[in-house]
Amino acid sequence: MNKPSRIYCKACNRKILLLVILLISFSNAYNKDNPEDVLDPETQKCLDCHAGMRYTLTDPVTGDMASLKMYDELRIDPHLYVRAAHGGFACTDCHSLDYEIHPHPISVKFEFQYSCLDCHGGDEHFARFNFEKVEEEFNVSIHGNHYIENFSCWSCHNPHTYRLTVREGGRIVDIVAYNNSICLECHGDISHYAVLIERQLTNMLSKHEWLPNQSLHFRKVRCIDCHAAVHYDILVAHHVLPASEAVRNCVECHSTNSILMASLYKHKTVERRSRFGFFNSEITTDAYIIGANRNYYFNLASIVILGLVLLGIAIHATLRYIHYRQRK
Amino acid sequence: MNKKKLYLYPLWLRIWHHVNAVLMIVLIFTGVSMQYSDPNYPLIRFDIAVDLHSTSGIFLTISYFIFLLGVLFSSIGRYYLVKTEGFFTAFARQLRYYLFGIFRGEKSPFKVTQERKFNPIQLISYNVIMHAITPFTFITGWALIFPETIVLNVYGYSGIMLTSLVHSIAGFLISIFLVIHLYVITIGPSPTANLKSMIHGYHEAIETEKTEEIEK
Repeated sequence: MNKPSRIYCKACNRKILLLVILLISFSNAYNKDNPEDVLDPETQKCLDCHAGMRYTLTDPVTGDMASLKMYDELRIDPHLYVRAAHGGFACTDCHSLDYEIHPHPISVKFEFQYSCLDCHGGDEHFARFNFEKVEEEFNVSIHGNHYIENFSCWSCHNPHTYRLTVREGGRIVDIVAYNNSICLECHGDISHYAVLIERQLTNMLSKHEWLPNQSLHFRKVRCIDCHAAVHYDILVAHHVLPASEAVRNCVECHSTNSILMASLYKHKTVERRSRFGFFNSEITTDAYIIGANRNYYFNLASIVILGLVLLGIAIHATLRYIHYRQRK
Repeated sequence: MNKKKLYLYPLWLRIWHHVNAVLMIVLIFTGVSMQYSDPNYPLIRFDIAVDLHSTSGIFLTISYFIFLLGVLFSSIGRYYLVKTEGFFTAFARQLRYYLFGIFRGEKSPFKVTQERKFNPIQLISYNVIMHAITPFTFITGWALIFPETIVLNVYGYSGIMLTSLVHSIAGFLISIFLVIHLYVITIGPSPTANLKSMIHGYHEAIETEKTEEIEK
């Protein structure tokens, strides 16, 4: 009787040990992913309302309470916020202190909105971003205020979610998906587009029908790689061009001097350049671009093989002709 | 010395051969144009080259399966069977003829007959090109037309890149075959005899022994 019981206990202990290990692993993972553990108490207080789908409003005079919908543009995803470039800030670092009053007074609607340069301008710590040049490029772009009145940095770079995907590295497909989702936020959604400009929203798919392998291009290349002029002093192009000036000539990307090396793959290119192996080899871990990814050794081998074959044929033909004449 | 004629190339085979040749040439030119695309020296405009290459590839696949049906179900199939016994000796004899004997006016060690169309070197090269390299080319080509079917990453390299590499290498080998093939067809009773054979269907051979009847 005792023997089987002992065996069972051993197995049971092992199971408990495994369970403890799993629980510890999950709890570590949970702690890392759980924004409540990272958010400061002040931000957490704001997100009590602003992270939910609904919030409770209390009338300070009568004490009446109402459950109201939290509109999309006022809702902040805590998970995205803690991962965002500005996720380390408390809400009132950027927003008016009047937000600490509940319900928020009307004055918050007139709060000062910071632009990138208000914090980052002239700061050596951010020199590598070259925000001054970014602003110059933005101002002359089709998104600049000359064309669209209410367009600002925040129109694309949502301060509550924006991440520095390119500088973080990672897979190109993820960088492309993230960056293109920013463009499609407006260019694929009339409700956002119409807030900025009164114009018919272009159908992106039919507009790009001319593009061979359309879905592959959309997954592998950012919109701005064709729609923005490259500036060599900044990592990500901000001079967005009118649609008529976008790249349409395939060989601008599909050649060894591919413009993608100055845009999408710029962050990798500056790290290493090689004369040998694959041309633009930085691309080959994520994609393959016909014309841009030739291989030096394969090129050399193919020329040598073809040359030898042609030489062999020339010698053979000549010898055949000579012997033919001799026999005659 | 008599000249004899054998009907070795039926009409369907000649049509297939010429269609295949045109498709291969278009594929090689457009492939080279894309692979070596240069904004300053475009051979064929890139988007046109892409469309032409894809379309020709699709037709080549259809053409290949017509050929395969012919090999499997018509009398030409027997020409592609390789007999392993004594093959290497026969291969060496043919190679020796191409490298030396041909210049001395020797006769080809393997006479073309109604039962044997190819010498050992032709036999192995046609089999490799038609039953290994060409399928590799169009399978990888179709994968590149539908890149979502390709494994994303293989040991740190893009699956599309590796597929393209196999596609390009296979395409290059076909190009080399084409160059050699175009030269080898000049080896015959006259430099244009084999070329003409693929037009009228009759193989012209210099017969020094027993003359055989022309068979259809």
